Amino acid sequence: MKTDKTKTSTDSAQKAAEKKKDEMILFLSSSEEKEHFLSKNNRKLLSDPFNDNNPITVQVLGICSALAITVQLRPALVMSLAVIAVVAFSNVIVSLIRNLIPNRIRIIVQLVVVASLVILVDQVLKAYSYDVSKQLSVFVGLIITNCIVMGRLEAFALGNGVYKSFLDGIGNGAGYGFILIVVAFFRELLGSGKLFGYEVLGHKAPTLADSTGLYALGYENNGLMLLSPMALIIVGIIIWVQRSRNRTLIED
Amino acid sequence: MEYLNLFVRSIFIENMIFAYFLGMCSYLAVSKTVNTAVGLGAAVIFVLTVTVPINFLLDQYLLSPGALSWLSPEYADVDLSFLSFIMFIAVIASMVQLVEMIVEKFAPALYGALGIFLPLIAVNCAILGGSLFMQQKNFGGIGEAVTYGLGSGIGWFLAIIAIAAIREKITYSNVPAPLKGLGITFIITGLMAIGFMSFMGIKL
Repeated sequence: MKTDKTKTSTDSAQKAAEKKKDEMILFLSSSEEKEHFLSKNNRKLLSDPFNDNNPITVQVLGICSALAITVQLRPALVMSLAVIAVVAFSNVIVSLIRNLIPNRIRIIVQLVVVASLVILVDQVLKAYSYDVSKQLSVFVGLIITNCIVMGRLEAFALGNGVYKSFLDGIGNGAGYGFILIVVAFFRELLGSGKLFGYEVLGHKAPTLADSTGLYALGYENNGLMLLSPMALIIVGIIIWVQRSRNRTLIED
Repeated sequence: MEYLNLFVRSIFIENMIFAYFLGMCSYLAVSKTVNTAVGLGAAVIFVLTVTVPINFLLDQYLLSPGALSWLSPEYADVDLSFLSFIMFIAVIASMVQLVEMIVEKFAPALYGALGIFLPLIAVNCAILGGSLFMQQKNFGGIGEAVTYGLGSGIGWFLAIIAIAAIREKITYSNVPAPLKGLGITFIITGLMAIGFMSFMGIKL
């Protein structure tokens, strides 16, 4: 990560020195422009975060604001969409102005870009789905310090063109959302027997005779799943499954 | 008494890591040895204790609905609370920069020990989380804000030291290969969080 950062920043500094004359053209064009829109490299940017380079299970970024909101699927889905939007657009904006940012204050510039995007997302959520926005409470604001956003800005957007950065943002946001949704799926299904609020395992009534579905057989919800520690344990298990399938990721 | 209650609650019951998972990135990345964990933990305590009260004052006298009425009564219905994210993060980033400069000038030994952790704190979710929770809790005065900031900082400090100590020991255990490192750390943190839940309901 550290070496990565210094490399990209020296790279962009060099580029800036080289092409100072035609800065306006540099904004939109980069050497990769000739590539096909969905060429193999670009598709890799989108698909890598789902497996080999998942932001949560491999890069260990952005767990902060992730786990507290995975009790149900709906807030998890909304959160993933919010993060995808913020990562993709902050990547685009920072990539656009990457040659104008002085290296020493780049963290503050990035924070301001991200914070403004998060304010937009927060206002949209408050306007169009107020109850979910209440459920997410402070965690919308915490997207600002979500390490995925800063991590991708530092590691990718500062050294790459606009379109690639956009794809990278979408890919990483989606890889993050994928884990959130898997965790929320298990927590909601096992914890309250519902998916998106629908009772998929049958209806649980106070008495056994009135219950339907699995509950008629005496099935009980696992209340532990609703508590926050289980989110961590589920992520631990996801990492276990992923690494036993993909042995190259194992740490020693 | 109320302060003591808030203090204990913010350390144990509403622990930043075990109840809200805030600051998990640095918690996982910097908990490999106890020494570095102590350095980062101390820096987090300090920055939280400073930024929560500052942001409390900002919120009280600038941002929350009607907060500007001390300037002139005609501003009584101005609501700037949508600006709070950007204000809080700006305060945090500049405070961290300031703290870094002060420590470098007056305590070079400590600066050397903390090293890269100080600038990293600006993007630690626990710091921004502390300010956002403070805004949600509607504290009565600045005393409560200081207590809350200090308490959450100490809670974070305890959590990172505990996990660092466990990780130092666990290198000698026979963990299944795919679980080594990150996986087992997640599961241990989950178990510790279940342990911390036993503090729930304690009221002084």
